[in-house]
Amino acid sequence: MGIIEVKDLVYEYIRRDEEGNVEGITTAVDDVNLDIAQGDFVAILGHNGSGKSTLAKHLNAILYPAEGTVWVDGKDTKQDQYLWDIRQTAGMVFQNPDNQIIGQMVEEDVGFGPENMGVPTKEIWERVEESLKAVGMYEFRKSSPNKLSGGQKQRVSIAGVIAMHPKCIILDEPTAMLDPKGRKEVIRAVRALNDVERITVILITHYMEEVIYADRVYVMDKGKITLQGTPREVFSEVDRLRDLRLDVPQVTVLAHELRKEGFPIPRGILTKQEFREAIDQCRQML
Amino acid sequence: MSIIIDKVSHVYGEHTAMAVKALNEISLVIPDGQFIGLIGHTGSGKSTLVQHLNGLMKATSGAIYFNGEDIDADGFNRKLLRSKVGLVFQYPEHQLFEVDVFTDVCFGPKNLGLSKKEVELRAYEALKLVGLDDDYFYQSPFDLSGGQKRRVAIAGVLAMKPEVLILDEPTAGLDPKGRDEILDQIFRLKNEMGITVILVSHSMEDVAKYVDRIIVMNKGSILYDDEPREVFRHYEALEEVGLAAPQVTYIMKELRDHGYEVSDEVTTIDEAKEEIIRYFKNSVRK
Repeated sequence: MGIIEVKDLVYEYIRRDEEGNVEGITTAVDDVNLDIAQGDFVAILGHNGSGKSTLAKHLNAILYPAEGTVWVDGKDTKQDQYLWDIRQTAGMVFQNPDNQIIGQMVEEDVGFGPENMGVPTKEIWERVEESLKAVGMYEFRKSSPNKLSGGQKQRVSIAGVIAMHPKCIILDEPTAMLDPKGRKEVIRAVRALNDVERITVILITHYMEEVIYADRVYVMDKGKITLQGTPREVFSEVDRLRDLRLDVPQVTVLAHELRKEGFPIPRGILTKQEFREAIDQCRQML
Repeated sequence: MSIIIDKVSHVYGEHTAMAVKALNEISLVIPDGQFIGLIGHTGSGKSTLVQHLNGLMKATSGAIYFNGEDIDADGFNRKLLRSKVGLVFQYPEHQLFEVDVFTDVCFGPKNLGLSKKEVELRAYEALKLVGLDDDYFYQSPFDLSGGQKRRVAIAGVLAMKPEVLILDEPTAGLDPKGRDEILDQIFRLKNEMGITVILVSHSMEDVAKYVDRIIVMNKGSILYDDEPREVFRHYEALEEVGLAAPQVTYIMKELRDHGYEVSDEVTTIDEAKEEIIRYFKNSVRK
């Protein structure tokens, strides 16, 4: 069993009128199965309303399954006695950095999680230091969070999660509100955590370029997983992704367009180097 | 119908120890019917600048002229200005509040003191312009998807019949299709109604695709003000201020670095495709 296992998960939002009568039911997650191994980098794509965030909220017991089961590190999320273990194993980072930072000073904010877990003071400071170093924010430890840029704030949020020593970190559109540099900083920090610390990463995003480093990509539609594979496999399906209201990285689109014009370029080009090598091949054929 | 910004500065907390200069002697001319992209890292002064254009913020020094009239002069009709220069804030769906979509869009024009018939006509036209189906008109705005909510919020501003439409990151958090739909609609609106559009964005790809002119802000000053191809040619300087060029510009650079004689002015996928095809056709001829 992997760090996160999801079996036959169904979740329904029930809409009620003012008297509390049921008005309608929306099935947000519909029969999803996942098995994520420790140390994997997994990306989840899907249009607005496809069920990504609802699924993510099941992975650290913010929501409980209506049907099916979710295990985090072997623990069933429906069992209340595991709640704190699960929240500590799987930490979550949200879209808006301003909603998740509470400390007056960066290091206080990062220390908040371990302090609540009852970690001894000396160890809290050790954890704060290592977490801030892991996301490249150690030099800002004495700064006030509201003096930081969006990308820096998000990295502090991530440090706050890793100070709790999770095995898994779930990021729900962490870069949606950031400028290009902020996006790059956050993705670099997340990749480093995955490569160096072997923390399992589950990244939800609408930026296709951020997904090319993932081990596995899941695409959601109407609450179901409709497409999955390596980034190369998934991004080979340019037209299918567009039907799902998604896109592919610009380099993949350009390769796709040129292939339609008769250029012998392979499917699923993900980086500019791969693209240039494919063009080199085309040139040699002249 | 032009806006002239003459040496406008803005200092937050003037005469206090915390004074921060957010705008530093900005001078700009915004003529009729242009589609302008305003880019800059978080905190560069973009939002402060656009809030000056409809009189929400007052310049510390300098002046702003709307159709030749100083907007700070005594007797200037600032209420009229706010209907002529429409501002759509970030996450505008948070400002929806009425019981149904149609009533929400009526709110703005109703406050202009128009007749009921005129108000409803405008609301109807605005909702049609943003491409919302009649089926949704009497639903609660809170039951709509993210992209639909955002369209309702934009319709609320369009119903005021603005001559200048300013959008502060209108696509943040939307899926790629939603992003394209909103921007395509804004592009059409601009062409059909001849209005000026100022788009504040963190997506270099979107800006490159739609706008005629890019204004780059850094630390409260204007770094560049030119056509997209000219601005993105300075990708290294843009990176230094937290921005970037569109991905496709870097792909072409990769080709140039490996000896391909292709243009360095490419900013969209279509341009890149044509440029590569042109390169191969020329090579065949030789």
